[in-house]
Amino acid sequence: MSYAPNTPADRDRMLAAIGVDSVERLFADIPESLRGPDLDVSPPLAEVEVIGHLRELAEKNRDLDHLTSFLGAGWYDHHVPAFVDQLLLRSEFYTAYTPYQPEISQGTLQGIYEFQSMICGLTGMDVANASLYDGGSAVAEAINMAINATRRKTVLMADTVDPVYRAIAATYTEPRDVALRTVKTWSMREDGVLVEALGALHDAVDEDTACVVLQRPNYFGWIEDTSALIERARAVKAVVVIAADPVALGVLKPPGEIGADVAVGEVRHLAGPPSFGGPGAGYFATTKAHMRRVPGRIAGQTVDVEGKRGFVLTLQAREQHIRRERASSNICTNQALVALAATIHLAGLGRIGLQRLAELCVGNAHACAGRDWPDGFSVAVERPYVREFPLKCPKPAAEVNASLIERNILGGLELGRFWDELEDYMLVAFTEKTGARAQTGLIDALRDAT
Amino acid sequence: MRPAHLIYEYSSTGRSGVALPQPDPDAPMVSDVIPADELRADLPLPEVSQNDVMRHYVGLSQKNFCIDTDMYPLGSCTMKYNPKVNEVTARLPGLAAIHPWQPDAQVQGALELLYELERLISAITGFAAITLQPAAGAQGEFTGMMIIRAHLLHTGKRRSKVLIPDSAHGTNPATAAMCGYDVVGIPTDERGELDVNALEASLDDEVAGIMMTVPNTLGLFESRIERICELTHDAGGYVYCDGANMNAMVGWVRPAELGIDVMHLNLHKTFSTPHGGGGPGAGALCVTGELEPYLPTPKVVRNEDGSFERRDDFPESIGRLHGSAGNFGNLVRTYTYIRSLGDSGLREVGELAVLNANYLRTKLSDLYEQAYDRTCMHEVVFAGLKDSADGIHTLDVAKRLIDFGFHPPTIYFPLIVGEALMIEPTETESVETLDRFVDAMRQIAHEARDEPDLLKEAPTSTPVRRLDETRAARRPNVRWTPDSPG
Repeated sequence: MSYAPNTPADRDRMLAAIGVDSVERLFADIPESLRGPDLDVSPPLAEVEVIGHLRELAEKNRDLDHLTSFLGAGWYDHHVPAFVDQLLLRSEFYTAYTPYQPEISQGTLQGIYEFQSMICGLTGMDVANASLYDGGSAVAEAINMAINATRRKTVLMADTVDPVYRAIAATYTEPRDVALRTVKTWSMREDGVLVEALGALHDAVDEDTACVVLQRPNYFGWIEDTSALIERARAVKAVVVIAADPVALGVLKPPGEIGADVAVGEVRHLAGPPSFGGPGAGYFATTKAHMRRVPGRIAGQTVDVEGKRGFVLTLQAREQHIRRERASSNICTNQALVALAATIHLAGLGRIGLQRLAELCVGNAHACAGRDWPDGFSVAVERPYVREFPLKCPKPAAEVNASLIERNILGGLELGRFWDELEDYMLVAFTEKTGARAQTGLIDALRDAT
Repeated sequence: MRPAHLIYEYSSTGRSGVALPQPDPDAPMVSDVIPADELRADLPLPEVSQNDVMRHYVGLSQKNFCIDTDMYPLGSCTMKYNPKVNEVTARLPGLAAIHPWQPDAQVQGALELLYELERLISAITGFAAITLQPAAGAQGEFTGMMIIRAHLLHTGKRRSKVLIPDSAHGTNPATAAMCGYDVVGIPTDERGELDVNALEASLDDEVAGIMMTVPNTLGLFESRIERICELTHDAGGYVYCDGANMNAMVGWVRPAELGIDVMHLNLHKTFSTPHGGGGPGAGALCVTGELEPYLPTPKVVRNEDGSFERRDDFPESIGRLHGSAGNFGNLVRTYTYIRSLGDSGLREVGELAVLNANYLRTKLSDLYEQAYDRTCMHEVVFAGLKDSADGIHTLDVAKRLIDFGFHPPTIYFPLIVGEALMIEPTETESVETLDRFVDAMRQIAHEARDEPDLLKEAPTSTPVRRLDETRAARRPNVRWTPDSPG
C-alpha cells in the first residue's frame, strides 16, 4: 500500500483538470529511455505480514530486555519511564517538522527552550542549542567552533575521550588546515591498574592550541584531575571542551564550574533504549561569549503582537539557510524528538530524581567493585570513578564475554577494540538496573568462567 | 488553551515524578567515594509530579500543527503521511533494545536489516553502494562531498572549487565550505533550469564537482541533466545530487542512470520516517562503484556462510561519521515502509506526488504567479499573488492559511524567486483535501485584494499570534533561570 488515496477515477478527473491525457506526460522531462524502470523490489506486504517479517528479524537479535547488561561506553541501559514514550507517540510532536511557523509550533519551540534550559542547568553553561546528531558530532562541532573562534591550528584531545567521538572529530576536521593531536593520558601500573597521566597533554598546550578536548568522567569511567590542565589551557586562551554524561552530572560538579568553554555529550540514554546506537542526540552548551558561533537551531523567548509570551527560532544569522557558505555549520535537521524525550524524562526525574538516579549508578558500581572477585579479576582503577570502571581479566575480555552471554549476561566493552594493550580489560558499566542481584549473577558467572 | 507556563513554573520543592529502585543498603554513599570538591552543590531542574509532566507536555503538544492535523504542504520537506506500523516495528524490543557494541553474532537480525535496506535503496536509485550512517541529509552531503574530495586526492588532484546552482538549498554551499571548497554560483536560465552555458564557462581543472538538486528546488526536472553530468565528467569533476526531492522520481527513474555520481536521500522525506519536530532524520548516501572504497566505516558485509558482520578494514574510507550504524530506529521505519509499499506502491509514490502537485498548479495559476510556466514535478513554486492590495506579501498569505487550518507552504525559498511560495502536497493527500486547500488559497487571493487586513492580522486562531523575532534576536532569552520573570 502506498498510502496514496486517489483512485483511478480521481486520477482521471485530475488529469482532465490539468489538461493532459496520461500521467506519463507529466514525466516528459525525464529522458524516455530511462523512464519507468523495472524495480527489483518484492511485491507489497500487508501490515500483518510486514510486522511478522520485522519480528523475525528482531528475534535474531539478543535484546537487552532479556539480558543483564554491563555494557555502556556511552550507551547506557537505563529504564526510561512509560510516560516518556506515551508522550512521544503524540502525533503533534512526532509528525511536525522544524518550527518554521512559530504560531502553530509553540509546543515544539517551548520544548526546545526547556531542553536548552535543562542542559544549561546540568552543565553550568549559559547557552545551549536544540541538539546535534549525537555526542560525536557535538564534539566535532565544538572543535570546529573553537578553530573558528581562535583561528589556531592545533586541536588537542585526551585519548580518554570516547574513541568513537575522536574518530568522528577526525573525519570532520580532516578537510581543515589543522592538526588533530591525540595525547595519551593514562598509563598502566605494574600491577595492571590504569592510572592517570595528564602530563603530556598539559605540556602540549601552547599558544597555537585552538582547544583541549576532555571527557568527564573519562572513557574509563574515572574523574580526571584536570584543574592544572584547564588552568594552563585558559592561560593561553585555548577553548576547553568537555564531553560529559548527563546522568553523571546528577552528582558531579558541572563542566561550567571547572572551567569549560563548551560542554557536549549524548542524551540518548535519557530518551529511550539504545536503538543500536541511533537516533541519539548530542547536546551542545557554551558560554555567552560564543553564543553567536553556536551550530544548529536555538529557540528563544519573545512576545507576540498582543504581548503574550511565545517562542521562536532565533539567532538564525549563524545558520546555513541564511549564511550559506559562511554558516557556522551545515546542520539543518537536528534530533528534536530525542531531545524532547530527554527533556520529558528530566522533567519527571527533576532535581531529586536525577540526583538519586546518579547515586544509584555510583552506588551499584562501587558496591560491585567492592565484592569478592574471582581469581584473576581485579578492578583496575586508581582515581575516583562514577559508574564505570576497567576490569582486568585473567584472559582476553572477548573470551570472558563469550561465556557470560551463555548465562544471559552482556559483559562490559572489550577495551582491546581500541587499545591493543588492553585486550584483557573490559569496561564494566552500571545503571539503576544492575543492583545487588545482577552483581551477584555477574560475579558467579565470572567464577564459573575461569 | 492554557497559558504558556514553563515546566519550571510548576515546581514545588521535594516532588519527583519517577519511581526509582531503592538503593542497595550495602552500597556506599556518593560522598564516601567521590571527593567533595568534585560534587555539585545544586541541580537546577524542575520538581513536579508525573501527572504535572503529562499535562504540561500534552498541553504543549496541543499547540503544535502536525501532519496528522491536516495538509502540511511544506515544499522541499515532503510532509507525507507517517505510517503507524513503522512506529510499531521500530519499537520491537529486538530492534530497539540492542546496544551498538554488542558482538555481531548477537545482532544478526539488525545487520541483515541494514544489508537488505542498502540493497533496496540500491534497486530504487541504481547506485552500486550505499551507506546508512548519515544522521540527516546535511550529514549525507558532508559524507558525499568528503568522498569526492578523498577520491580526487587519492588520484592526485587537489581541486579547489565546487559549483552550486543559485537555486540550491543552503546546506549545499555550507557543506562545500565545510569540506574546504570555494563555492562558485551557477545561474538559473529562463526555463528554471541550470544555465548550461554558464556551467561550461565555469568548468575547469579546479572544479571538484557540482552539487545539483534533481528535480531542482523550483520543482522542475533538469531536462539536460545527462549533458550536465557529461560536461562535468569531461572536466574531471563529479556530480553530487541533493536527494531532497527524490519523492518525484521514486519508481520513475534511477538517478544513477542519469550520470550522477553521489546522492543522499532524506529518509524522513521520501521514505516517510517522521520529522519529529525537527529530527531525527536519516540520510542514506548512495555512490557509484568507482567511489565505493571511500564510504564511511563500519560497513555491513555478508559472509559466504550467510552471516553478517561489521567491518572497518577499508583503508581508503573517509572514516567514521556516526557513533554506530546511523539512525537505526529510522532505518527500521524506512525498511518497513519500503517492504509495505513494494514495487507497485513505490511507483505510485512518484506518480501521485507529481499528479497532485500539477493539479494544484493548474487550479491556482490564474491567481498566483507561477515562477516558471510549465509542468512541474512533485512541487510547484509561485512568485506570490498576481493581484493584491499594496503591502501584502507572501508572508501574509502564509499566515492567513493558518486561519484556514492548513500549514503554510515553504516561503521565500528558493531565494531566486521573489515572494516565493513553494507548495508540495505529496502523494498522500486526497483530491478532496487538495480541493479544500485550493478553495482556501483562492479565497485568500480575493481577500488580499478586497480585505487585506484579514491577511495582515492573521493568524488570529492560534495559541499566540505573530511573534516579535527581532526582539528575540536582539535581546536573546534562550534559557530559564531561577530569577527569570514568570
